[in-house]
Amino acid sequence: MVGRRRIREALTDLLLAGPATLAMLVLIFAPALIVGVLSFTDYLFGAPDFNWVGFENYRKLFTDETGRRAVVNTLIYVAVVMPFSIMLSLAAAVGIQSVGRWNVWLANFLRTAYFLPVAATLVAMATVWQMLLHPNLGLVNQVLALVNLPGQEWLSDRSLVLFTLAVIGIWETVGYNLILFLAGLATIPQSLYDAAEIDGANRGWEKFWTVTWPMLGPTTLFVLVVTATRSFRVFETVATLTNGGPGFASDVLVFAMYREGFVYFKAGYSGAITMVFFFFILTLTLTQLRIVERKVHYQ
Amino acid sequence: MIELENLSKIFGQTKALDNVSLTMPEGSFTSLLGPSGCGKSTMLRIIAGLDQPSSGQVRINGRDVTELTAAERNIAMVFQSYALYPHLSVRGNITLPLTMRNMNRIERMPFLDHILPSARRKIAEHAEQTQRVAEMLEIDQLLDRKPSELSGGQKQRVAVGRALVRDPIVFLFDEPLSNLDAKLRTQMRSEIVDLHQRTRRTFIYVTHDQAEAMSMSDNIAVIMGGRILQVASPRDLFERPVNVDVAAFLGDRPINLIELSTAEGRLPPPFDGFACDVAELPGRVIIGLRPETLEPDEQGPLTGTVGEMEYLGSEAMVSLHLDGGHQLRAALNASGVLPKPGETLRLGVEHGIAHVFDAATGRRLGGLSGAAKAGADIKGEGA
Repeated sequence: MVGRRRIREALTDLLLAGPATLAMLVLIFAPALIVGVLSFTDYLFGAPDFNWVGFENYRKLFTDETGRRAVVNTLIYVAVVMPFSIMLSLAAAVGIQSVGRWNVWLANFLRTAYFLPVAATLVAMATVWQMLLHPNLGLVNQVLALVNLPGQEWLSDRSLVLFTLAVIGIWETVGYNLILFLAGLATIPQSLYDAAEIDGANRGWEKFWTVTWPMLGPTTLFVLVVTATRSFRVFETVATLTNGGPGFASDVLVFAMYREGFVYFKAGYSGAITMVFFFFILTLTLTQLRIVERKVHYQ
Repeated sequence: MIELENLSKIFGQTKALDNVSLTMPEGSFTSLLGPSGCGKSTMLRIIAGLDQPSSGQVRINGRDVTELTAAERNIAMVFQSYALYPHLSVRGNITLPLTMRNMNRIERMPFLDHILPSARRKIAEHAEQTQRVAEMLEIDQLLDRKPSELSGGQKQRVAVGRALVRDPIVFLFDEPLSNLDAKLRTQMRSEIVDLHQRTRRTFIYVTHDQAEAMSMSDNIAVIMGGRILQVASPRDLFERPVNVDVAAFLGDRPINLIELSTAEGRLPPPFDGFACDVAELPGRVIIGLRPETLEPDEQGPLTGTVGEMEYLGSEAMVSLHLDGGHQLRAALNASGVLPKPGETLRLGVEHGIAHVFDAATGRRLGGLSGAAKAGADIKGEGA
């Protein structure tokens, strides 16, 4: 009897977990495996056959000027967006939370305002950015002119374009991170702040380091991982605003992947870029989890 | 000495504290006792400097501290939830108030605290103080653990250690035992009393548990609805509650409260056997009889039929149906012969602790005595 019951329970478990697992295998794992295999070939979309080329695609990505550009640009982009997005969203969250103590309406308004970029379609927003950043007509340069600063070619200056995109990336991610940090802040018990106040950590800065920052540990870890993956995946702004240009100055991994795969139909090379991208994300996530998790969970 | 003068605290529409004044002498152990939401915690937070009063003054040793921050007042507080910093070890938790108080920002900086001679000297001193406090509280074995690895009682001790380490003027306790189980609570109770004996500091203890307040404090302030109803020693409070509310709040068992109309200034039957020390009774009164003060008495003034009975080991709770439809509960000593349901029982009041209250105002008018025994003492209304 016991045996039969266990079998029945096991069947129920399978029935519950089965469909999703199957869909994941067919739609995610199998294609990923195929992409991985293709990355060792010179396969072109629509071509009748292909040759095994070993690590040629990978060698090309890291030695070829264009390929290396995409890798380095992506890393620079992530390195700029991650710290600024996290610092700004944390500062905004702490600010909005204390605004909420004396004016709930204003706090809600600010929260919504920050969250709008997350809810809006980035492609549409990119058009707005394009208008703002237009060298002659854009609001940004006009404001600069008012205070007698020279206008910049934000999207066509080789040395500037990547940072312009990074600023848009920060603007885009701050809202989401802000909501996460606000949720984290709301879970910190008031009694800890009271204790800190009595213990002499009574100024804002000391309270922050004694209570807020350590208690936000788990949230910060999550925000780190989310922001890293999001900024590694930067695509829409590049595709709509710069097309990777000028002269590959804003070329990034996912855009290169798209260009090689869907414009030039080089499925093999595109597959190699995908694998490198995947490897970056995986290592980043694992390292963050390993290093930070040990220090941030108190239970 | 802590003095509160005409403190009021208004949150939006509600008055959490309504013109409260209270003096707590140096070295005393005062409990602020009341049901939840009565304003006792608000009072404590105002004394601590965590909340500002809407009006009124807080003085510590004669100095007006109303405008000072919590840290500047040099008070210590133990919280109901312990409020330990989860990312710091027990050692870190106890040392933190010392670090914050004695070391400046530069000395507290990471790395610099290992290099600067002044910082190193202070850290060594703090380690010594922490060790001493930990030994005193018998938590020196736990110094390297994180709060999540401690039991409730151990956490509470760490919280006390953190309060104790910097030698504050006043210790504030905000229902510190309510998260502990009954057995541990009794043990921690005596440890806190012991701590008070040793430190001889002023202790202010907030609780909703009357047994806790009665057993620990020199003085109890009973607070209800944002007002202090009575300030007295536990014994005075129990023997002379100012009104019905205080009497109903105190005691391990609920007091029997029976509302009566008086006849020509005297108690009506079946209570006319009681001697009453009030010269003139109003039209309606409430008499308060504690279950544990009632005991079988051949000549007692109360006669009734025994209803249901709960046997509790050392005693038995008996409900007695009196003439006139009144009913009361008595805690009888269970070692003797117990009455059976349906039997007639005569009861007397053992001590002088029976009260007459004015039904209109709730104020205590005086005492009742109903024991046939000699020496049942009745004191006049004095409180």
